[in-house]
Amino acid sequence: MQWEIVIGLEVHTQLSTQSKIFSGASTAYGATPNTQACEVDLALPGVLPVLNKGAVERAIKFGLSVNAKINSPSVFARKNYFYPDLPKGYQISQFELPIVQGGSICMQVNGVEKIVRLTRAHLEEDAGKSLHEDFHDMTGIDLNRAGTPLLEIVSEPDMRSSAEAVAYAKTLHTLVRWIGICDGNMQEGSFRCDANVSVRPVGTEKLGIRCEIKNLNSFRFLEKAIDFEAYRQIEILEEGGTIRQETRLYDANKDETRTMRTKEDANDYRYFPDPDLLPLEITVEWIEQVKQTLPELPQARRDRYMVEFGLSAYDVSVLTASREMADYFDASVKLLPTQAKLCANWIMGEISGRLNKENMEISNCPVKPDDLAALLIRISDGTTSGKVAKTIFESLWLGECGKNVDAIIEAKGLKQISDDCAIEKLVDDVLAANVQQVADYRNGKEKAFNSLIGQIMKAAQGKANPMQVNTILKKKLMEK
Amino acid sequence: MNLSLNDVKRIADLAYIEIDENQAEATLAQLSSIFNMIETMQSVDASAIEPMSHSQSVSQRLREDIVTESDQRALFQSIAPQVQEGLYLVPQVIE
Repeated sequence: MQWEIVIGLEVHTQLSTQSKIFSGASTAYGATPNTQACEVDLALPGVLPVLNKGAVERAIKFGLSVNAKINSPSVFARKNYFYPDLPKGYQISQFELPIVQGGSICMQVNGVEKIVRLTRAHLEEDAGKSLHEDFHDMTGIDLNRAGTPLLEIVSEPDMRSSAEAVAYAKTLHTLVRWIGICDGNMQEGSFRCDANVSVRPVGTEKLGIRCEIKNLNSFRFLEKAIDFEAYRQIEILEEGGTIRQETRLYDANKDETRTMRTKEDANDYRYFPDPDLLPLEITVEWIEQVKQTLPELPQARRDRYMVEFGLSAYDVSVLTASREMADYFDASVKLLPTQAKLCANWIMGEISGRLNKENMEISNCPVKPDDLAALLIRISDGTTSGKVAKTIFESLWLGECGKNVDAIIEAKGLKQISDDCAIEKLVDDVLAANVQQVADYRNGKEKAFNSLIGQIMKAAQGKANPMQVNTILKKKLMEK
Repeated sequence: MNLSLNDVKRIADLAYIEIDENQAEATLAQLSSIFNMIETMQSVDASAIEPMSHSQSVSQRLREDIVTESDQRALFQSIAPQVQEGLYLVPQVIE
């Protein structure tokens, strides 16, 4: 039987606020345990939550960027369960009336566009961390993370393969960083995925029984966990078994998922509106204000690059992988609008390669967009060749000669030789010194030509204009 | 709505409240009378009225995103039963 995999994702994005969602404690990552957990985060008696405007604003921003409805009022609810890293005995979340409802994400999967619908996105607080090691049969609790604002983004079950799920997660990851609501740091848990996976016979409508895989903190694990889980379910069904609805954990070391809890002992969270928090009203004016702060979105930027510069879908997807990269491209192409492809190639090649090697971000690139543009202008006007430009790029990177392209060319004598007389002289010298090869070429040995070119370029220290060398050499060989 | 004794025990279990058989039965009677009252109220046609999520019709006040709290760990931990290396210690929980 042919099976179809059906996947929906729940993504927890940590919002990039300074303070927590309901208290004035800091959200900075990596602090000494419990130094950023105040009375509200510890749930001491008599405290009350006060909602952070910055968290709401980020949720609105997200809603606008995916064309969703911003609910007003939206309501906070208590999700009740007992765990020591949740000192109140409930998590403040949203149940009915989440802040963001509907919307969609447009993504590229192997060059094909696909739309994934969103169910909702709601605000909630994160829990603390439990440390199970080294405490002699006790568990250590760090509540620094408790109360950190999260936006949980829930998709419809619209994905049909692990590749689509990864493409969706990556598109979402780019988007939340692009609009500046989340730093996207997956190692620090700022962007965590849960995947709902089920399978059904191809051609049927009815959804199969799903399993939820928790806490997938890398795109690679997301892909592997879904593949493993789908295969597991198909195997059970083909042997005539049934799937149990349950929550499963992905074990990266063993590359398998295993049962965490079944539906029978799943918590009944007994959601109810939190009496400590009033309904959240979001005015049309506020939404309009937030809209003004939205940058040009990735999708719009991609479309513009293709129409305005005629770049390929691949180039465009690489350039818009982050807003910093796209802004870098914009800033450099502005200075030489006719050479968009050259700009794109240099950013995706030389610059990205060097940044990778140094483990740096493009925002810290020592070669600024105007430096790059100055260099590329010298390639376009023939002052230097693409090959020599790499040497100049190195000097720019190291900050030599005040990062002035012309000064570097001057100081290092890298100016391309484009003077016909000078090149003719070089060619004559090489021909005179290689009588045998000249004879070989004239006797039909084509290879001798390339060898002669090589020697001329060597004599010119790579600076001769290759096109001119080629033409002149051909001419000279015909002459005699 | 008919509430059973098992429902009461399950709710108590979820809420981490320990109750014995007598208390469960007493609670069942109390909860049932609350549900009866709700049923009576539901006989009123309220379809034209938007449900409220809060008893007061005011909206949530917001605070600016500013860090206002300083580290008071020593003070908070002075009343904790057990701490180690800055962590609150609790009976072991295993996932």
